[in-house]
Amino acid sequence: MLTDKDVLALEKKAVQIRTLTINEIANLGAGHIGGAMSVVDLLTILYHKWLNVDPKDPKKEDRDRLVVSKGHSGPAVYATLADKGYFPVEWLDTLNQGGTNLPSHCDMNKTPGVDFTTGSLGQGSSAAVGIALGNRLKKVDAYTYLVLGDGESQEGQVWEAAMTGAHFKLGKLIAFTDCNKQQLDSYTAEIMDLGELDKKWDSFGWHVQRIDGHDFKALDAAIEKAQAETEKPSMIVLDTIKSKGYFPGEGQQANHSMAISKEQAADAIKRLEGQVK
Amino acid sequence: MAKNFKDYDHMRDAFVDAVTDLADKDERIVMLDADLSVCINSGCFQEKYPDRFFNVGISEADMVGVASGLSSTGLIPFAHTFACFASRRAFDQFFLSANYAKQNVKLVGSDPGITSQMNGGTHMPFEDIGLMKMVPGLVIFEPSDSVSCYKLTQKAAEHQGSTYMRVRRKGTTVLYSDDQEFELGKGNVLNDGDDITIIAAGMVMVTAALDAAEMLKKEGISAAVIDMHTIKPLDEELVLKYAKKTNAIVTCEDAQRANGLGSSVSDYLSENRPTLVRRMGINDEFGEVGTLDYLQKRFKMTAEDVVINVKETLALKNK
Repeated sequence: MLTDKDVLALEKKAVQIRTLTINEIANLGAGHIGGAMSVVDLLTILYHKWLNVDPKDPKKEDRDRLVVSKGHSGPAVYATLADKGYFPVEWLDTLNQGGTNLPSHCDMNKTPGVDFTTGSLGQGSSAAVGIALGNRLKKVDAYTYLVLGDGESQEGQVWEAAMTGAHFKLGKLIAFTDCNKQQLDSYTAEIMDLGELDKKWDSFGWHVQRIDGHDFKALDAAIEKAQAETEKPSMIVLDTIKSKGYFPGEGQQANHSMAISKEQAADAIKRLEGQVK
Repeated sequence: MAKNFKDYDHMRDAFVDAVTDLADKDERIVMLDADLSVCINSGCFQEKYPDRFFNVGISEADMVGVASGLSSTGLIPFAHTFACFASRRAFDQFFLSANYAKQNVKLVGSDPGITSQMNGGTHMPFEDIGLMKMVPGLVIFEPSDSVSCYKLTQKAAEHQGSTYMRVRRKGTTVLYSDDQEFELGKGNVLNDGDDITIIAAGMVMVTAALDAAEMLKKEGISAAVIDMHTIKPLDEELVLKYAKKTNAIVTCEDAQRANGLGSSVSDYLSENRPTLVRRMGINDEFGEVGTLDYLQKRFKMTAEDVVINVKETLALKNK
């Protein structure tokens, strides 16, 4: 269980990662800020508490693997990886520019620390199932983590993979849905209502929890519980806020991809830093 | 132990036997299916390696994605479904999770072209070659008999990178000797000739081409026949050699003419040595139900049709 001191340290780390993410996108002038910011707390606790990984040996065989199926969260993933020491922080200034190792959507062949290439929504779900199956067959004792978006869950492939993960009893597969209630065009309830996602996953045979995705104590307890479940794959539905921490985007309908000036970034970061004492 | 390739009743048996033999020597080999394992008759693999076989049910897109994930852990997955679903249904997954992500997925589509017969137009993949040719760097195989099926399956496993192989499911033949060597991207000259070259792929059209060459021989026409078992990358060297030698080519494939083997041959020659190329294949039509015999006649894919196309092409050449 996390102590208050642990929580404060994670909150500070999350502010650092959010700051890097905002600057990364502002440096380019625009980008997928909304879905990047909503997963930062999850990425923070994964990389700073739970993942068995080594930035100096990103391909080590027995590492835990993370598939970010909502590949447009790339900027937040890159900020987290750079901060963790996978590559120089200066790389963040190259986001989406010709010849970069940090493309808009996650690419395992370009970015050290990225475990699977994603971008066409839904596809990371099957890849994560395959990784978990492969590790089990090879007797590699490691967890496979998967991050889905709630809008992404409109893709049929997510539910094909849900069946496959449950059928093969992938107890070491732990998935999260970044349920920020928004998708590119508008709110999910308006575009294609997902209903009760937790009940859907439960009916597909997964171990399901639903928590506040910005609460580190809840995140920590849920991951611990998911690891304790060894027969079923786990889904942790995270209630999150799209653009969380980039205040001009919070509560905005059009926050999937936004233009961000350097001045807007500086203002937002100042406000963000003021939140953690 | 030497293989007796004549023992296979169906081409699928040569494929499954090859994968099983590969698995005996390499624990990285795994197999996936999407509820068509009975159709490809992979029971012997499943019995021998139950832990290395994954049936994902009727979810081809998921199968290709799972295969890509398995590949990323270092395994070598052979994933099977009908060619129509392998190409049309799972194209984005094969494009991105397998190929763009540089994984090592061996996708196998059975019942290619008119060989899906009674399953009809819905299941009749004429477009798989055209679709797959557009995937950068993808290797595409189409065996023409049991020997080539067995040995090209081995080549697929040896190749580092994804492959697509269209395999006839029911029926087979033996065109090659047991010790025939196969090289990825190198066509085999089955019959040499001087007047015209027939470049074919797959059992339906390679067999028709060989029969046509016999018929033409009786009329004093010397036709070379090449089995272009690797559709991509194209054996440009062999195409150029026979373009120079015979100055006329007929291509034969059990697929759409658009963006098929014939297109690759004419694309290459038009830029390097403009040569008369007649492309036989499906002419912008959907498939339909019928026996193989009916469909071969319906889509003008018989040996007699090859003879007609050869003669018309020769007439143009000699104009």
